[in-house]
Amino acid sequence: MAGKRAIEMTINGKRCEGIVEPRLSLADFLRDHLGLTGTHLGCEQGVCGSCTVLFNGETIRSCLLLAVQADGAAILTVEGLAAMAGSGEGLHLIQQGFLEALGFQCGFCTPGFLMTTYELLNENPSPPEEEIRERLSGNLCRCTGYQNIVAAVLWAARRLREHLDR
Amino acid sequence: MKPAPFEYIAPESLEEALEALRQNIPDARLLAGGQSLMPLLNLRLIKPKIIIDLNRISGLNSIKEVSGRLSIGATTRQSSLERSQLVRERCPILAEATKHIGHAAIRHRGTIGGSLVHADPAAELPAVALALDAKLEVIRDGLSRAIPAEEFFIDYLTTALGPEEILRAVFFPVLRPSTGYAVEELTRRHGDFAIAGVATAVDLDGEAKIAGARIALFGVAPTAVRARRAEAALKGQKPEADVIRYAATLLDDALDPPSDIHASGAYRKHVAAVLTVRALERAFQVCQKRGA
Repeated sequence: MAGKRAIEMTINGKRCEGIVEPRLSLADFLRDHLGLTGTHLGCEQGVCGSCTVLFNGETIRSCLLLAVQADGAAILTVEGLAAMAGSGEGLHLIQQGFLEALGFQCGFCTPGFLMTTYELLNENPSPPEEEIRERLSGNLCRCTGYQNIVAAVLWAARRLREHLDR
Repeated sequence: MKPAPFEYIAPESLEEALEALRQNIPDARLLAGGQSLMPLLNLRLIKPKIIIDLNRISGLNSIKEVSGRLSIGATTRQSSLERSQLVRERCPILAEATKHIGHAAIRHRGTIGGSLVHADPAAELPAVALALDAKLEVIRDGLSRAIPAEEFFIDYLTTALGPEEILRAVFFPVLRPSTGYAVEELTRRHGDFAIAGVATAVDLDGEAKIAGARIALFGVAPTAVRARRAEAALKGQKPEADVIRYAATLLDDALDPPSDIHASGAYRKHVAAVLTVRALERAFQVCQKRGA
């Protein structure tokens, strides 16, 4: 067995440590070592987008990054979203939007969509539908047909703008 | 769906990385952005004994202009190419090509060097490198050599990079402000691998005739390929519709596209010709606009 090594990183603002095999993905570290099971693993080959998290402020596939590569990094997962400003009733407004617009059915892909949307709305608070569809093209959903997901993002974008204006 | 066990090192200098590579031939794999390597590991299609992570080497990810050329470090992220003001001004075709690569989350990790060395025949950056006659600087044991793109891409996922060598940087020519360019591709959905694609850069002379056209096709052969006959047919002509359409009929010889579940070889060939017309038309428009 390849030598284990100690790593530490900041996850959702909290310092976390672990001792891991080099082959462990960041996704498995989050889920199996830290119990942060909000990040979902669909394909484990970078296609489906379910495992999307923010790595030093940018979306990445956590199935395609080794946990050892994230040593020293700042990670934001779906668990961190709810705790942020712009939250209401324990949910981030983006999560609220998916609830309001029925932007999910089985919910498996949802954490990835939420993190992708979070980055999109940080970059552009008023994305047109075309931009939303292009950005979300890296996340696969087998239930919704995407229509309600796009509606959810538009809802969230509107509410986040109102929230910022206040 | 978990990689087989491997040792992992993350050297902080290129010298260290080269030494580790030399000592571990042929059991080592270099890790750049990991957007192609990690799926191969996860699926256990490859089982290297050691992974040498290049991401902690400083200075390997810079974009600089050096005597008329753009020097781009191997671990420069695709998203950096997209955003770089220098790239947009000096070699804008690179920024345009990069937008077609996967999705934002892929481009945040994926690197220019990884894309070139992986040499997927449907990838955009190898085609741009080929169209612009980029040079790839590879290093081993203190020795460096510059390989022209034309000689670098040998076959399907196969390059001229030696087992002891690491790609350090890629040199692209700075495009003239008046150079027109375009990248066109057909995909089922945004970010999918291209069924077929084309990258082109064109120049007009003082009489508005074609001084030169560079055309590289991707997704239609074991590597990206230059459409030399089409390029030759365009030279000296006015960039008119029938000239462009005729040039696009000359692609055939070079192409041997594979048939798969996404498209038949014949369809890919047809699409390559259609996209070549579109790309050339748009490139000449850009040319006329930028030259005006």
